[in-house]
Amino acid sequence: MNAPQSLAQKLIARAAGRDEVAVGEIVTCKVDMAMFHDSSGPRRLQPMLEQLGAQIWDKNKVVLVMDHYVPERSEDARRIVRIARDWARDQKLPHVYDSQGICHVVVPQHGHIKPGLFCVGGDSHSPTGGAFGAYMFGVGSTEMLGVVTTGEIWVQVPRTIRMRWYGRLHTGVTAKDMMLAMIARFGMNGGAYQAVEFCGEAVRALPMHERMTLSNMSAELGAQVGLIAPDDVTREWLEAHGARGFETTRWFSDQGSVTEEHRFEGSALAPQVAAPFSPANAGDAAQFAGTKIQAAYIGACTGAKLEDLRFAARVLRGKHVAAGVRLLVAPASNADRDTAAREGTLQALVDAGAQLLPSACGICAGYGDSFGPHETVISSTARNFRGRMGPPSTRVYLASPYTVAASAVAGEIVDPREVLA
Amino acid sequence: MNVHRVWRIGSDVDTDALAPGSWMQHGVDVIAQHCLESVRPDFAGAVRPGDVLIAGRNFGIGSSREQAAAALRHLGVAAVIAPSYAGLFFRNAFNLGLLLLTCPGCDVIHEGEKIAFDARAGTVTRQHGEVLKADPIPPFLLDLVEAGGLLTQLQRRFQTRTP
Repeated sequence: MNAPQSLAQKLIARAAGRDEVAVGEIVTCKVDMAMFHDSSGPRRLQPMLEQLGAQIWDKNKVVLVMDHYVPERSEDARRIVRIARDWARDQKLPHVYDSQGICHVVVPQHGHIKPGLFCVGGDSHSPTGGAFGAYMFGVGSTEMLGVVTTGEIWVQVPRTIRMRWYGRLHTGVTAKDMMLAMIARFGMNGGAYQAVEFCGEAVRALPMHERMTLSNMSAELGAQVGLIAPDDVTREWLEAHGARGFETTRWFSDQGSVTEEHRFEGSALAPQVAAPFSPANAGDAAQFAGTKIQAAYIGACTGAKLEDLRFAARVLRGKHVAAGVRLLVAPASNADRDTAAREGTLQALVDAGAQLLPSACGICAGYGDSFGPHETVISSTARNFRGRMGPPSTRVYLASPYTVAASAVAGEIVDPREVLA
Repeated sequence: MNVHRVWRIGSDVDTDALAPGSWMQHGVDVIAQHCLESVRPDFAGAVRPGDVLIAGRNFGIGSSREQAAAALRHLGVAAVIAPSYAGLFFRNAFNLGLLLLTCPGCDVIHEGEKIAFDARAGTVTRQHGEVLKADPIPPFLLDLVEAGGLLTQLQRRFQTRTP
């Protein structure tokens, strides 16, 4: 035996208690960490748990984050968040993060995701955990009920589709642009629910938050997971965030284990923009130059982490948002917001005319606040489906925080390198 | 085999279309009344139990919200037939007892046509008798959907555990 194993295979084999697994086989894995939020979690899990008369398999392995319906703006939101808070208290859950930011950012910031772990999340952007070398994917609430009561879940061992990025990105070009380019090329189901693995010099050069953006938008590529082999960047970030007891050396794809590889040149990539109503409608920002906008949004787990706020500040320092345009900034977590405040990043955004919103899923989730009818918006978020962030007539363009900030200044879509120069 | 009336819809139908975010604070009964309203406003009001939905590729892209599958089940949709699905939606559908048939050639089927299907045999039979092949479904997933979903299976598991 001893066939070469991909990173995905190694992670699944460990969770399945096996030496190795073969692509295509269906195996049952033990879950190291299960994360869910106020929308997908307690309000759906609690009644089903009661119906079953079952208990949580291991409370220490469960993480609850209130991020979708907070801050509560309606009676329904208050009811849903109240269910989550009451349940967390009754169950004496040890890991609860209430109104501290978006789950995909808050959970790793508290050391819950480490290389080698097998994790599930009650949210489609759960592949974000793959940036740390963990096998993490999203599931629905009923499947989460299965995990929460048994500690197990099945997976079909995926093929690995490797995305190798050579060279270095130019200033003003980001992980978000890499993802939009890949989604445009392969489509929203190009990942075919297999494992995507990002590698190469341009990926290695990315800080942790940028790597998280790659893994995060693996969801828009239709992959089950978006993995990045952990290295010193991963180790240093995790240690700074209190994660202990992990090793990074064995979590990589063996030579010969991956047969499908696509190659990209980082230095050839221009800032990307995805037109309504699909992340796959992407092309160079210059193609969309001159499109007038009424709002610009820097938000979500995809596009408002500390690094994203820094990108926006680099554009906005000493400039001001165009007349008739509102720039909204919802930092991905309170920790990111506070660091941005300490280092002056936040002030640069506010001085440029940005309006700060709470650290929550906000407009991206479309569960409460939204943009207006017939508005054209440029956004650092992940999805621009018709009707998601406003009524069906709202048109959302997706781009990097650089491009969003630069477009807010110009009042129309621009290549941010024109503003940075 | 039962005969089912066909509804047709295009490619890349996302979960925001199936379960709109602005209705997500409600139960499935309410969400179902708005299922597909942004792309097929006539659907939720006129679909009848036993109808089938025939879609283009990549059905169910987007969110993990299982209400997308639950809404179709609530409306009585007997099966979705499409050339491909988003993987997360695929898992959710079977977990909620909604049958999905992966049928690469289903594009030839017309709106309003009466069809039959056999999930275990992997066939879709058109009104005039033409038989289309559907991809085989692992037996444990067919068992799951026939049980009515994961909740029912878990109920059996926990009932047999407690004496």
